[in-house]
Amino acid sequence: MFNYSFRWNQALAALPQMLDGARVTLGIALQSMAIGLVLAVVLTLCRRSGNWFAAAIATGWVEIARNTPGLFQIYMAHFGLGAFGIHLSPFTALLSGIAFNNAGYLAENFRGALTAIPETQTRAARSLGLSGGQTFQLIVLPQMLRIAFLPTTNQMVWAILMTSLGVTVGMNADLAGVTQELNARSFRTFEFFAIAAVIYYLITKAVTLAARLVAWRLFIY
Amino acid sequence: MPTTALTLADLAFLAQGAGLTLAITAVAVACGTVLGILCGILRVQFGPFWTAPLTFLLDVFRSVPLLIRLVLANAAQSIAKLGWGPFTTSCIVLSLYTAAYCTEIVRGAIVAVPQPLRRASRSLGLSWRQDMTFVVAPLATRVALPSWIGLTLGVMKDSALVLWLGLIELLRASQILVTRLQEPLLILMICGGIYFLLSFPIARLGGLLEKRWSPR
Repeated sequence: MFNYSFRWNQALAALPQMLDGARVTLGIALQSMAIGLVLAVVLTLCRRSGNWFAAAIATGWVEIARNTPGLFQIYMAHFGLGAFGIHLSPFTALLSGIAFNNAGYLAENFRGALTAIPETQTRAARSLGLSGGQTFQLIVLPQMLRIAFLPTTNQMVWAILMTSLGVTVGMNADLAGVTQELNARSFRTFEFFAIAAVIYYLITKAVTLAARLVAWRLFIY
Repeated sequence: MPTTALTLADLAFLAQGAGLTLAITAVAVACGTVLGILCGILRVQFGPFWTAPLTFLLDVFRSVPLLIRLVLANAAQSIAKLGWGPFTTSCIVLSLYTAAYCTEIVRGAIVAVPQPLRRASRSLGLSWRQDMTFVVAPLATRVALPSWIGLTLGVMKDSALVLWLGLIELLRASQILVTRLQEPLLILMICGGIYFLLSFPIARLGGLLEKRWSPR
């Protein structure tokens, strides 16, 4: 049945390169999360602002991000924006695609978290003399981020998994890209991709564990 | 009026791609749900200790990118000389992916059925099977259905990745048209529109069910 000789040595020899790729992967995921979080807060504010135009744009963003494939969003950034004369490098296209996706999902998480914060708190803060901005910044935002912390870590895992899509737009520095390039050189597909799978698993586990530790330290009442 | 080289035949080509996307989704969700229900019941029934290997396996299916797993599965089937085509391989990988998430949904839904209710049904003389079919199943379905709809839509969106194995599904079809017609924005927007039309109404239905069926 098996007529294939596994060459694990050859694949393991490339481990340092792959670990470099893993660092890039983690970097992209973290950057996309940072951008996504900021954008999600802005989108949440837009949806709450009462300005119908801002709310419509924010809602459109969230629905498009949540109802089309992540790969489509990356393609849109890489190929679609070319029509406007914007030519993004694979790295920028990947980062903006994932950040767009993150922002949509996180904004929806934040909306869910906001329903858990009693409206009376806002009113109390306003009657104590805080301005609308101060109320959001000092009262609502910290609670919202705390309630949405767990879904946010889930989104972080999704962001890590999504970085692997960069290889389809020619990204060759992240883990999937490095693996694909090594594979193209040697055709040791199974070995290289198996190692990549293990590395991805370890990264996501490490991130989940770190998030648990952070949550445990931060959220002691 | 901007002109385009896009013809009706090209739209039919896109529709064909969308058909393949739906076919893969249907197979993967059907197989994955059956597997997921089985694994979910196993996990509840035998407890975390005995099902730890299963839990670990399903966790791996959730923590490794789909793209990597598709390539890995394709390499594995050619090494083992199974002779699966890309369609079969994609369906199997996506089924396992669906099963991994579905297990969690099913487990959560079964656990959400109050324990005293199940004890009561057992003391009234119902067998385990009767308890599962007449008491747990209807209640658990109400809890599970909204998340299951979300999962189905997620699988449909993630099925775009099977293009890496050479299947011409919706996104790959649009990419072929882009290469030929050089109008990326228009074609990608049509492609995105199709995905949106497939996904958005069902997502709304899921949200509605979640609101209507959530315990008050």
